[in-house]
Amino acid sequence: MIDFFWTQIFPILIIVGQSLLLLSALLIFIAYILLADRKIWAAVQMRRGPNVVGPFGLFQSFADLLKFVLKEPIIPSGANKGVFLLAPLVSCILALAAWAVIPVHPGWSIADINVGVLYIFAISSLGVYGIIMGGWASNSKYPFLSALRSAAQMVSYEVSIGFVIITVLMCVGSLNLTKIVEAQDGPLGMFQWYWLPLFPMFVIFYISALAETNRPPFDLVEAESELVAGFMVEYSSTPYLLFMLGEYVAIVTMCAMATILFLGGWLPPFAVAPFTWVPGVVWFVLKVSFMFFLFAMAKAIVPRYRYDQLMRLGWKVFLPITLFMVVVVATVLQVTGWAPK
Amino acid sequence: MTALIVDYLPIVVFLGVAAFIGLALLISPFVVAYSSPDPEKLSAYECGFNAFDDARMKFDVRFYLVAILFIIFDLEVAFLFPWAITFGKLGWFGFWSMMVFLGVLTVGYIYEWRKGALEWD
Repeated sequence: MIDFFWTQIFPILIIVGQSLLLLSALLIFIAYILLADRKIWAAVQMRRGPNVVGPFGLFQSFADLLKFVLKEPIIPSGANKGVFLLAPLVSCILALAAWAVIPVHPGWSIADINVGVLYIFAISSLGVYGIIMGGWASNSKYPFLSALRSAAQMVSYEVSIGFVIITVLMCVGSLNLTKIVEAQDGPLGMFQWYWLPLFPMFVIFYISALAETNRPPFDLVEAESELVAGFMVEYSSTPYLLFMLGEYVAIVTMCAMATILFLGGWLPPFAVAPFTWVPGVVWFVLKVSFMFFLFAMAKAIVPRYRYDQLMRLGWKVFLPITLFMVVVVATVLQVTGWAPK
Repeated sequence: MTALIVDYLPIVVFLGVAAFIGLALLISPFVVAYSSPDPEKLSAYECGFNAFDDARMKFDVRFYLVAILFIIFDLEVAFLFPWAITFGKLGWFGFWSMMVFLGVLTVGYIYEWRKGALEWD
């Protein structure tokens, strides 16, 4: 019996502990990412942003959490109640699920599976279901239209993200996220990361990630002037919070993917003494924060796209460019013999 | 089989923990929050008047078209994944096989473009 406990139950308890640790760190990180988003947006518009709750508004997100929990949850009378409540849950859980394979430090991932990229690609494709379910179950016009738009938009940019990932995979020769980071290690430090040799792909990945996560300037899903608040119109209280949480977790996941694929994950920018003393997880968080800063600046600066422009950019610009770049990268690797054997 | 379980069990456990957090958040306002529903509050959102007709209306066929195009190209990406990681070992034969496939796909893509399947006006 005791033997059974140590061999079967104890490892699972350890995994539960690790999961709780990662999830709480992630959620606290997101609380501050949300605050940073509002602060950066405010600073660009010469405002102060949230500054009342705690010093510099540092506890704003926690106050918001309390407020959401204490608000009245409304389920519209025409809605399909089960699907209506399931939708935010699905979108939140699927967004969080991607973090099971992301390595934040050498050896620090919940599951170091050898098809990590494929897993993240699959999970992020499923993310659209939460939005479709929410939009359909609300039984109201704005959510319905918004869900259709969102599905078409996410699906369109997923294709170019797929091709971008393919070019990185060709340089690495593995689907394991840890191996992708290790492949970027070298004496040249940050100039050996893939953002430099694959710079056009990095830019396309960044823009596609904005579109994939429905961030401004591609936030047509919740374009206030047309669709009020998009698929979230009928939601209130924590069902709404779960949608917001899912959205921000998806954004941070995209930042983490950009960090792993192009910015060398946990590797220090220069492989010399003062930089190598800093633990890898700090570099990882710094790089993710830098990517998020780019996301926030795009939100503050760039005006919103029109829907036909958005679809044209996805299908007529990014798709041919990425397809062409796959051929170019394959040719270069094959001719020079740099392809991993 | 056991190796597979050892690899993927952490993901299942992680999903379970994530589901628990999500579910706890979802249920908590139904337990603690004040609630007083009335018919107006529970009606579907519209700008101050009753909705004219049902929300599940006809929609543009282009959304359907985009979904079909997505399936073609996403399958292609999924097909490229195994090629991309073994591509160094396959040599020139593997390279040209995939180029022929991509060429056929490009012909299809040009056809779609010329037929106007990618237009939104």
